[in-house]
Amino acid sequence: MEAHPANLPPVSAAPRAGLRLPGVGTGLGRGLVVLYLSLMVLLPLAAVVDNSLSNGIEGFWNAVSDPRSTAALKLTVICSLIVVAINGFFGTVIAWVLVRDDFPGKGAVNALIDLPFALPTIVAGLTLLTLYGSESPIGLNVAFTRVAVVMALCFITLPFVVRAVQPLLMEMDREMEEASTSLGAGGFTTFRRIIFPNLLPGIVAGIMLAFARALGEYGSLILISGNIPFETEVSSVFIRSQIETGNEAGASAVSVVLLALSLLMLIGVSLFAGSGERGKKGLLRRTINRTISRSQVGGGV
Amino acid sequence: MTTSPPAKWGLRGLAFGYLGLLLLAPVGMIFYKTFEHGFGPPWEAMTSPEAIHAIQLTLLMVAAAVPLNTVFGVGCAILLVRRRSWTNRWIDAIINLPFAISPIVIGLALYLLYGNSGWFGPTLAEWGFQVLFSWPGMVLASIFVSLPFVVREVVPVLQEIGTEQEQAASTLGANGWQTFWRITLPAIRWGVAYGVVLTTARVLGEFGAVTIVSGSISGETETLPLYVAKAFEQFQEEAAYAGAIVLALLALTTLLLMSVGGRRAKSGGAPIPAGTEVPVAASTTKEGS
Repeated sequence: MEAHPANLPPVSAAPRAGLRLPGVGTGLGRGLVVLYLSLMVLLPLAAVVDNSLSNGIEGFWNAVSDPRSTAALKLTVICSLIVVAINGFFGTVIAWVLVRDDFPGKGAVNALIDLPFALPTIVAGLTLLTLYGSESPIGLNVAFTRVAVVMALCFITLPFVVRAVQPLLMEMDREMEEASTSLGAGGFTTFRRIIFPNLLPGIVAGIMLAFARALGEYGSLILISGNIPFETEVSSVFIRSQIETGNEAGASAVSVVLLALSLLMLIGVSLFAGSGERGKKGLLRRTINRTISRSQVGGGV
Repeated sequence: MTTSPPAKWGLRGLAFGYLGLLLLAPVGMIFYKTFEHGFGPPWEAMTSPEAIHAIQLTLLMVAAAVPLNTVFGVGCAILLVRRRSWTNRWIDAIINLPFAISPIVIGLALYLLYGNSGWFGPTLAEWGFQVLFSWPGMVLASIFVSLPFVVREVVPVLQEIGTEQEQAASTLGANGWQTFWRITLPAIRWGVAYGVVLTTARVLGEFGAVTIVSGSISGETETLPLYVAKAFEQFQEEAAYAGAIVLALLALTTLLLMSVGGRRAKSGGAPIPAGTEVPVAASTTKEGS
């Protein structure tokens, strides 16, 4: 049997193993893992949820429906939607060119796609500012506008759709396209009826991941967006300013909303990809897992 | 589908245009701005006491968070893949949490836990521990944001190598740790290395969470990303660009390691020395010879 990753059993169906580490095999190892996760991850998050409810459900609702936090949440969601639409389109085009086209330097371009994932977010923001800020050498100054917010989010979420579509495009059966062409379909018809439906799962998965990432983005925005309340202040920047002015309950409430939205996205993606390990579903699932892991290097969802 | 020449050039134009305007031109521009007046000014900026302290502190974050998360990651991955338990699903889901949370929310979470009016803050302060606005808090933030990488990279490798060799080792009388050091760890070493690269890159560049818990005190709790942000806000653009270039070069190195690792991962069993595809057959041949 070929040890292709497609044939891997899911984690839950793991066989009884020969590896028995003293400690790891007993409850002690599991206990240590649970303790580490609780101390490092669960307890801090519990503190946020607890704090958001420090003035009861009503206090939570008041904090979220405060005009400034609503404006920030609205801006965050709308900008993220615009950004994923833009990157959904360009990401698909870039994936197509990288898979189906041939040109010198293709390997380098392909490697560079991941740059926004690897670049620390603060550097990403600074980078955009040098070209599109007040000292723009091409006379295009978008700093401190909503355009800048969209641009920064486009930059940091660029690889998601490309990376989610690429493997599907590579594995796609070319016979279907050939059949379609030989039956008389034009290029555009073949794309619309054959290629696009095959790529759609990847595009949707990429868009969902990009959306989750855009919702919480902070580092790339603080220098370029200007952080003007009601104007260019996104939720993460709003949370920071509330911490600084001592309104911790307000910061926590908006945090819980952000947390819920991005968790919803990630759960959605994993349901969408299903638990399949074989064939197309398995490919999509592995691609998503890989993309999630890569996307975190530069600075978080 | 054979693309017609106009469509082909149209698609190329769209792809290259978007990449160029969004990615290449800005990145090229920051390199140009940094070295506009030669290597002198950026070198001077990066050797100022503040910058050196920022670099040292960033390295301290790496030195603290990476080993902890690597040991945890390998142990946790073995637990998830080699031990069946109802808790696996939960552990698996919780490990992904740091990937789903805005760094600012992570910062807030630690702030609420270790701040003056937080759950642990007052008690720890009584014992003389300062966590917030000091390096322990920053280490906690770094651990939080980079926690999943090693687990996520090692789990698929462990699944792929299977258990035959480990079983053979224990049949031949090896105890748990001998099996781990001689069989399992060599087999998963590329997965671990890859996870370590990603963890390190993430810790080096972390901004949002660290900015909240550190208080950004110059020369005290300022990592390199924080130093870049502060320098830019104080109109010391040269220092900001120089710091950004250091971080960008580290990111490019990561990218290089990522694509090398990706190629190794793609070539199936290649990075895993003892054949993964036919482990039983391989060991029989060895015994026979």
